[in-house]
Amino acid sequence: MTTSVLRARGLTKRFPGVLANDSVDLDLNRGEIVGLLGENGAGKSTLVKMLFGVYEPDEGTMEIGGEPADISGPADAIAKGMGMVHQHFQLVGPLTVADNVVLGAEPRSGLFIDEKAAVESVRELSEKFGLDVDPGAVVEDLPVGVQQRVEILKALYRGADILILDEPSAVLTPQETDELLEVMRGLAATGVGIIFITHKLREILAVTDRVVVMRGGAVVGAADTAGSTQEGLAELMVGRPVIFRVEKDQAVPGPTVLYVQGLVARDDRDQRALDNISLQVRSGEIVGVAGVEGNGQRELVETLTGLRRITSGTITIDGEDVTRASPRDIHRLGVGHVPEDREKDGLVSSYSVADNLVLNRYFKKPFSKSGLRDFAAIARNAEKLVADYGVATPAITTGVGTLSGGNKQKVIVARELSETTSLVVASQPTRGVDVGSIEFIHEQLVSARDQGAGVLLVSAELDEIFSLADRIVVLYRGRVVGDMPAADATVEQVGLLMAGAVDA
Amino acid sequence: MKQRQWDALRLPLIAVALGLLVGCILIVLAGNNPATAYWALVKGSLSGVTELGRTLDKATPLVMGGLAVAVAFKAGLFNIGGQGQLLLGAAVAAYFGFRFSMPTVIHLPLAMAMGGLAAGLLGWLVGVLKATRGTHEVITTIMLNFVAANLTDWLTSRDGPWKDPESGAIARTPLVNESAEIPRLGGLPTGFLVAVLAAGICWWVFEKTNFGFEVRTTGLNPKAARYAGIKTQRIIVTTMVMSAFLAGVGGAIETQGVAGRFQPGFNTGLGFDGITIALLARTNPLAVVPAALLIGAMDAGSTLMQAEADVAPEIISVIQASILFFIAAPSVVRFIVRMRSDAATDDDMRLSSGWGA
Amino acid sequence: MASPTNTKRLIPWFAAALVLAAIVAAWSWKSGDTEAVLGRTVRAAAPLILGGLCGLIGERSGIVNIGIEGQMLISAFAGFMASSYTAGMGTLASLVIGILAGMIAAALTGTFMGWCAISLKMDQIIAGTVVNIFAAGFTSYAFIQGRTQPTYPQWSVPVLADLPIVGKVFSQGPLTYVAFVVVIIVQFALFRSRWGLRTRAVGEHPSAADTVGIDVLRLRYVNMTIAGSLAGIAGMLLLQSASVFNRGMTNGIGFIALAVMLFGRYRPFGVLLGGLVLGFFNGLQAQLQFRQAFDIPPQFFGMIPFVFTIAVLAFAGVSARPPAAAGVPYEKE
Repeated sequence: MTTSVLRARGLTKRFPGVLANDSVDLDLNRGEIVGLLGENGAGKSTLVKMLFGVYEPDEGTMEIGGEPADISGPADAIAKGMGMVHQHFQLVGPLTVADNVVLGAEPRSGLFIDEKAAVESVRELSEKFGLDVDPGAVVEDLPVGVQQRVEILKALYRGADILILDEPSAVLTPQETDELLEVMRGLAATGVGIIFITHKLREILAVTDRVVVMRGGAVVGAADTAGSTQEGLAELMVGRPVIFRVEKDQAVPGPTVLYVQGLVARDDRDQRALDNISLQVRSGEIVGVAGVEGNGQRELVETLTGLRRITSGTITIDGEDVTRASPRDIHRLGVGHVPEDREKDGLVSSYSVADNLVLNRYFKKPFSKSGLRDFAAIARNAEKLVADYGVATPAITTGVGTLSGGNKQKVIVARELSETTSLVVASQPTRGVDVGSIEFIHEQLVSARDQGAGVLLVSAELDEIFSLADRIVVLYRGRVVGDMPAADATVEQVGLLMAGAVDA
Repeated sequence: MKQRQWDALRLPLIAVALGLLVGCILIVLAGNNPATAYWALVKGSLSGVTELGRTLDKATPLVMGGLAVAVAFKAGLFNIGGQGQLLLGAAVAAYFGFRFSMPTVIHLPLAMAMGGLAAGLLGWLVGVLKATRGTHEVITTIMLNFVAANLTDWLTSRDGPWKDPESGAIARTPLVNESAEIPRLGGLPTGFLVAVLAAGICWWVFEKTNFGFEVRTTGLNPKAARYAGIKTQRIIVTTMVMSAFLAGVGGAIETQGVAGRFQPGFNTGLGFDGITIALLARTNPLAVVPAALLIGAMDAGSTLMQAEADVAPEIISVIQASILFFIAAPSVVRFIVRMRSDAATDDDMRLSSGWGA
Repeated sequence: MASPTNTKRLIPWFAAALVLAAIVAAWSWKSGDTEAVLGRTVRAAAPLILGGLCGLIGERSGIVNIGIEGQMLISAFAGFMASSYTAGMGTLASLVIGILAGMIAAALTGTFMGWCAISLKMDQIIAGTVVNIFAAGFTSYAFIQGRTQPTYPQWSVPVLADLPIVGKVFSQGPLTYVAFVVVIIVQFALFRSRWGLRTRAVGEHPSAADTVGIDVLRLRYVNMTIAGSLAGIAGMLLLQSASVFNRGMTNGIGFIALAVMLFGRYRPFGVLLGGLVLGFFNGLQAQLQFRQAFDIPPQFFGMIPFVFTIAVLAFAGVSARPPAAAGVPYEKE
């Protein structure tokens, strides 16, 4: 027998100019895991925010445990037995696990918080649900996977019997993900109903009982997982048949453009982040750098682009030693850099499109003459790039901040790749981006490769690595633990390397 | 185009009007007549050559102080140290003014430049600490205000090395030599022209040069600036030096063109006036000039206001604080005057983000 | 075997022993001066500590406050005016009314800054600057020369006040004792109470606090108001010493308090220590000037707290990490 714990009918949410959720229905039963599948922008987060009381639905009704429920805010949602694990952890770094768990519902003895009781309840919960965590540890010192358990504990401590997990595997290794799925099964067995949001089909098929697919703000399909296939779900999610591999020709690698030997560098906390890294990129090939986030990828990209000081080792680009070179020197060698957080780090949002398009070349002729800016040349450059890369903007004087996300991407790619001759360093190009932009960036990377540039693609998404890379390098704790042709690699093998489970 | 210029002007004008309204209310509460008071303010600042001269005298260091803050803002820095930088610039200019004697063409600019450089040194310290140690410039500039005040106090004190031997108990330097004095043209100070010129140069630098572009990029998005190959640490230090240099020259002009010597404690509060002026000008160097003239006129007229309307001159500070508040809180202004929100006036400043480290 | 952590733990004790030895040595050399310096240290430290706590509570909840100077000035003005107009009601009543008036005025100023920072999302440094300019202007504008208020009594702690060396430490105005009680309360409240945990959470990661049902904006408002009332006591401490309001009487103490907060690394007991250190310099300066003992110009003593602060921030302050959300207005989704 199934007992409904959550029942939503006709939830609708409008934002100025957008119908974010269009009459969405959702059911969740006791002890059930429901997958909520959809791409970025499909309306998953809006739906969840309505369930959790962050947004007020414009239309629709909700029932919790069979009772009509009108959720006035997160506090109310919590009181009604909902718990949420956010994609970006909602943990206070300098506080202990126990403090984080009890925050907002602290046990007290007299005037003070009863720390003993707090620690004790965390310990009990973690034993009961098999979530191994030290209550006294400071959260920011813990690995990501453990932090996630703290998030789950927070919900359980508040007596949640409805758990919403928002893209929980985004930051985990495949192995950590498997552990998470195991934890979810265990929770469901104790009667907790789980809404599991993801865009990863493998996880949906592995753990859910039912799956709900969203696209364009509406539910486009709901089915028992048992009868579903990866291809079928993918097609539902994207709205057209999906090719899992990007179309590209066989790579024709030329001479080595990037040669890294024994690279050592420290991170912002002065810890050794890159530990004796050696790798090469040849012209006309895409080298994918796989690894769980925080294993030195950021530092690697920063050292290669001149943004981070190197402790020891050498970097050579196109035969020139750039070990101590500045970002500008490296740029002069024809290196393009598509940064990870593009809109934040790659653009000055109050500048015009034209100014953003010369951000990496404003100091060169013809844009600058004896220290003075040549506005005519800057405008010509902008007109050309806007046309070549199809940037949709009212004018080149328009503030770049007013453009859509996809067009911002194009501005950056146009700027970085239009002058690139030797090497492209692209960091997490699909993060937080809609499908159209992902395809655009992928196409541009492949075309840069085909024009003879070497491409170093750093990504935490294995799918992306496998669909683009000609060669795969795996980073683990700042070391290269694998380096193989993409054709010979399997997801399982790379996954194990990413987790540090085997030494290559 | 006209419409946009009007939009950009509207908020500052309304903020000034609201500031005057606050002053008006306080004057009424104190039992005085605001009309008499404000009329005296206008008369005291504009009615004749003497009054105009006084307004320009007051406005000159304000232009420089406003520019100092505005220039720093461009690089995302908040220079609250205008006061200390001005004091040091004024004292050093006085020293070079009274100690040496040479032809005017050399002496006058030399003393002025030395004042600017001395202040620039303070700015350099602030910039270097910010760039290398991450020490927040607001803290360092505040602290250096007090250091500079104490230092210049001592220089002219009883046992100080720059004390005027003939001034008895009064702490001050001797008068600067004539060759270091900034001349007045028909009662009007030419030092003001120097300030206007400085504003023009600043505008040109930020609008037309690569360096200005680099500074603005650093201020608007430091990370993007570094990606673009801009040496942001060097930009921070250079801009801070420039900013302090401007304030120091302001002090030098005060010494060489108005007071004739350095005396501790003159022009207190200038650092804060500079903030109001820079924000009133929306950090546009050219707009700093009218903004400084407005505040300078209020200062110049405040004496007559006290005489004729019995309103204490400190009311000017209250009005200034109110103007600053309304400028920094466009949402309040919009609420009061039912102004539509528009992008042109909405680029608000965000500078505070934890100290140090 | 002494591990590095153990050695590190010993440093404060070692330092304390050193300080104690120095005090005893100084006392055996010049007993009267030493006692006076110690007494003055405590007196000068009190407003710095309370001002520092005002900044600390604000920043711990995510709001940078550089308006402490203005808050203290407003408090001293309001307190003086209130006491002065109620002088006829008797010394005690008049002083109590003054203290309350000062605290309320500064607390409201805190609420105002909270409004600027929280609801208007104004730049917090500008908000503090508005308060500073306004306070200096308004208190001078509205001040009426020639008024007086009752003087604060000196309270000597029985027995302790008769001790050698430290006797003068225990002979202070009533509000001075309050400062030292408050710092202990804030220390325990911040690290042990529900309010403290929530305050720290709100200053570090407001959306985390929000998702567990804590009203971030409300807590920030409340804290800015509470913090303001502490700056209010700090302002009244200046009045306790001077017995009469003077234009600009804060004279940078509110800014030094900010430095004390930074020195104390956002910890109340750290603020206590910082306040005592800077208070000591003040006491030393006053005594040396009084004795004309050394030929060091007083201006150089005057610079000490400021140079000291810059040096601490530049070289030692690196490890003091400010609350992550300080200065950033909270945008609810």
